[in-house]
Amino acid sequence: MKLDQLIASGPVVTDGAWGTQLQTLGLSGGACPDEWNLSHPDLVAEVPRRYVEAGSQIVLTNTFRANRIALTSYDLADRAAEINRLGVEISRRAVGDRAHVFASMGPTGKMLLAGEVSEDELRTVFAEQAQTLADAGADALVIETMAELEEAELAVAAARQTGLPVVACVVFDSGAEHDRTMMGVPPEQAAARLTAAGADVVGANCGQGIAGYVDICRRMRTATSRPLWIKANAGLPEVVDGEVVYRTTPAQFAAHVPALVAAGAQFIGGCCGTSPAYIAAVGKEIRK
Amino acid sequence: MPDLQELGEAIKRGDRDQSAMLTNAAIAAKVPAQEILDVMVAAMDVVGQRFQKNEIFVPEMLIAARAMKESLALLEPLLVDAGITPIAKAVIGTVEGDLHDIGKNLVAMMWKGANFDVIDLGTNVSPQKFVDAVRDNNAQLVGLSALLTTTMPAIKATVAALKAAGLDTAKVVIGGAPVTQEYADEVGADGYAPDAASAVNVARALL
Repeated sequence: MKLDQLIASGPVVTDGAWGTQLQTLGLSGGACPDEWNLSHPDLVAEVPRRYVEAGSQIVLTNTFRANRIALTSYDLADRAAEINRLGVEISRRAVGDRAHVFASMGPTGKMLLAGEVSEDELRTVFAEQAQTLADAGADALVIETMAELEEAELAVAAARQTGLPVVACVVFDSGAEHDRTMMGVPPEQAAARLTAAGADVVGANCGQGIAGYVDICRRMRTATSRPLWIKANAGLPEVVDGEVVYRTTPAQFAAHVPALVAAGAQFIGGCCGTSPAYIAAVGKEIRK
Repeated sequence: MPDLQELGEAIKRGDRDQSAMLTNAAIAAKVPAQEILDVMVAAMDVVGQRFQKNEIFVPEMLIAARAMKESLALLEPLLVDAGITPIAKAVIGTVEGDLHDIGKNLVAMMWKGANFDVIDLGTNVSPQKFVDAVRDNNAQLVGLSALLTTTMPAIKATVAALKAAGLDTAKVVIGGAPVTQEYADEVGADGYAPDAASAVNVARALL
């Protein structure tokens, strides 16, 4: 798969949230979503199947937490290889040749800066996960939802060893303007450093709604020539009568897509709270 | 006379070597332990304020807290001798079903920086474990963290368990990405902290 061919005909529609979708399929709070690759493969397959029907040209995999460190918290470290392999196979089987399968790699949940994990440990677990995902036939690897740029850089380096295209995204959710990572890194610096680390696509996901990502995307555009990938939340979660709701509607979400495209985004999808309805609305807006 | 103001500045910029050196100098010059402690706590307060104003971010807060922690360890024997105890005993943890610990760790760090005695129960802590720890340690303060919307209900269950166990004299402060003041009010928590620096102010106001 060639990335430049993929984006040659305009912005590419990626997929929406997985965690909140799996919850609608019965995943209980606190359970490990990635474990469902072992216990509920048919329900997991529903997620990419629905996204492809909604127009996703790229779907991810249910492997966000499937690095050995994150899985250790769930007592699943010894199932890491299996969970990653099945994650790719489930998405692939669900979408066939109707969409590309980009495999998801999330953070370990340990802070490098606080000494909770070492660089070597990060290199090892990301290399292991990346290779398993590649061997299982992923078309590309997506490093996402990273709060610490250094962890993202180590993951990029590990993912590159597979020879697959690598997408690298950080979360912007801090600072007065919500234009910094948790560690205070602005968009320009994140884009430049992820590019220098060797990412083929750089971007941002999660942390806030789509409106704020327009300017972040524009600022990343000034600092890299790589294609940009943006997956915003459906707003921020609110609790209403004990239920968690995301207030942004698919139409409101999609209304920001032209501005996001103008700001330079070439891969557009959604993160927490988004569903196939949001992806359908994004696709409709792009094809206008 | 050792320069206590310099000690405060060293902590604020996270210069652990300098802050340790200045702490030792102050101790050698027989500056009262309480006075040294006050300077350290005041420095961390400034760090917390800067964080809340978005002038600094987690990395700067982390290195300041690390410098504070090392200086506080040097001061510890003198505090014990002088009968100066932490201002509160706090039990903190991430609620049942939730394995995220970064936010909780930051709050624990800032509470320690404010001279609270912090007992960290880790992640995925059951309501019963909170109840036992609060009772066994006679804690005045409880910190509950949840990062996931799906695990947030465990905050409610924990608050209820503490009340049911007759431990409602311990003040409960809650926080985490999906948590709001409205939610705190709804579940009967005593306070809500939107970030680690606020957690210090909220806790102090409750004690």
